Amino acid sequence: MPFIDFFNFQPKNELEKGGRQSAPIAQDDNEPAKTCPNCHRQIPLSQLWGNDHCCTNCDYHFRMNSRQRVSFMTDSGSFTELYAGLCADDFLRFPGYPKKLETTRNASRETEAVICGTAKIDGRECCLFVMEPYFMMGSMGVAVGEKITRIFEYAAENSLPVVGCTVSGGARMQEGMLSLMQMAKVSGAVKRHSDAGLLYITLITDPTTGGVTASFAMEGDIILAEPGATIGFAGARVIEQTTRKKLPQGFQTSEFLLSHGFVDAIVPRAQQRKTIGSLLKLHSGGAENG
Amino acid sequence: MAENTAYDRVKAARANNRPTGKDYINALVDNFLELHGDRRFGDDPAIVGGVGWLGGVAVTVIAIEKGRGAKDRLTRNFGAPNPEGYRKALRLMKQAEKFRRPVVCFVDTSGAYCGIEAEERGQGQAIAENLMEMMTLRTPIISVLVGEGGSGGALALAVADEVWMLENSIYSVISPEGCASILWKDSGKAADAAQSLKLTAQDALDMGIIERVLPEKEMGKEGFYSVLRAELCAKIEELEILPLPELTEMRYRRFRALGAQQLAGE
Repeated sequence: MPFIDFFNFQPKNELEKGGRQSAPIAQDDNEPAKTCPNCHRQIPLSQLWGNDHCCTNCDYHFRMNSRQRVSFMTDSGSFTELYAGLCADDFLRFPGYPKKLETTRNASRETEAVICGTAKIDGRECCLFVMEPYFMMGSMGVAVGEKITRIFEYAAENSLPVVGCTVSGGARMQEGMLSLMQMAKVSGAVKRHSDAGLLYITLITDPTTGGVTASFAMEGDIILAEPGATIGFAGARVIEQTTRKKLPQGFQTSEFLLSHGFVDAIVPRAQQRKTIGSLLKLHSGGAENG
Repeated sequence: MAENTAYDRVKAARANNRPTGKDYINALVDNFLELHGDRRFGDDPAIVGGVGWLGGVAVTVIAIEKGRGAKDRLTRNFGAPNPEGYRKALRLMKQAEKFRRPVVCFVDTSGAYCGIEAEERGQGQAIAENLMEMMTLRTPIISVLVGEGGSGGALALAVADEVWMLENSIYSVISPEGCASILWKDSGKAADAAQSLKLTAQDALDMGIIERVLPEKEMGKEGFYSVLRAELCAKIEELEILPLPELTEMRYRRFRALGAQQLAGE
């Protein structure tokens, strides 16, 4: 304000008159926003976070990192992480892998593509694994296989159900055949947990493909999926190249899998915690109000 | 053969003149009766399964068949199974379990089929179910990789008490071409990818993924088959005397150990 204007100053609102102590909460034009890939609107981050990372306009489910998902799904403060330090090196000396691991670890602040632990969901104790989309898109290597196997063994020993959130591009090619073997290893642990009469719920999120679809994502007693997630064995591009056919509308979405009988239910994010909590309760063997 | 590059072995594993799954069945199994269908959807010609005699032992035998000649190869989808193939295999394994017959699998596939209908019928679910069920199947299982061991599509018949590989067969998480096109946007670098992926039988043996590498010197000839038959019979005899809980525990431990040495951190 130029000095001369000070004498002609006309207050524009209550705040400038000194009648109010704070500014009304307004849209901050500088607030970072994300563009919804579905409806292309700009959604301010605060609104996105306040809406479980779903678009406030079209309910598109944005990708969530594993820590965000744990805090949103589990009872506050109930999560205890297990096997956090477990990771694998570049044991095959695969070209470019050490650099890739380093940049991924720095960017995601995770050591591996899954986090495991115990938690409570709606008051019910369970074991939990949540895969990390920002770590090589949840790629399954030796450490991921080991961590998930251990959590199933822990759950079997302690008679606990397992809730698993999957997101993965499949087995990690930089770890070669041994990453493929993790599919069998985890499946064995899932089977033992299952044979002990214990519950395993999978929540499949976008995208879950390849070796994870062909193993523990599809091995749940109850298989839930987020709306609009891509779920499949082979990648869409590979199928197009192999068959030279145009893929049908909605191919390999959660809705497609539901209609073909491979998913029990599609559960929007806002209802996931309640749905999983009530399923845990239903399988806990107690009375309805117990 | 020692100086063969990994990609030479990939080419050898894919060679058209290599014995296919059915050749092994015909040469090794007496009075083989093929049993068709998954009882749910259909019959997958890419997987041949049935019963017969291996030496003096009644066995269930399952083989992925790539086909011979253009027409047969087309019928068999070049050995790329559909979900009904894996479900047929599981049905026959469950039958083997019921009648206490050992199971022998011959694996040779570039991978489970990547098609629209395969996805509609749950390719991933079919493979996943085999991995789970084979782990606790209460009868001995031996899998022999005789050509290509393409990723999950091969593993779905290789959750076994022992896995053997022919000298020039390969076992890989992804095809070298696929790996090269993802990593370097150039499928022409497949030979480099093959080297990096460590997909040869010797690599698999070194990593503890398989128990034996079988020499190919006489491959396809009578001598080769009779040695293989004798080795399979001897191993079956060894596995059959184990109490069933011990057998399945050993199988679990076998896979449980894979990757343990490569771990870092706590």
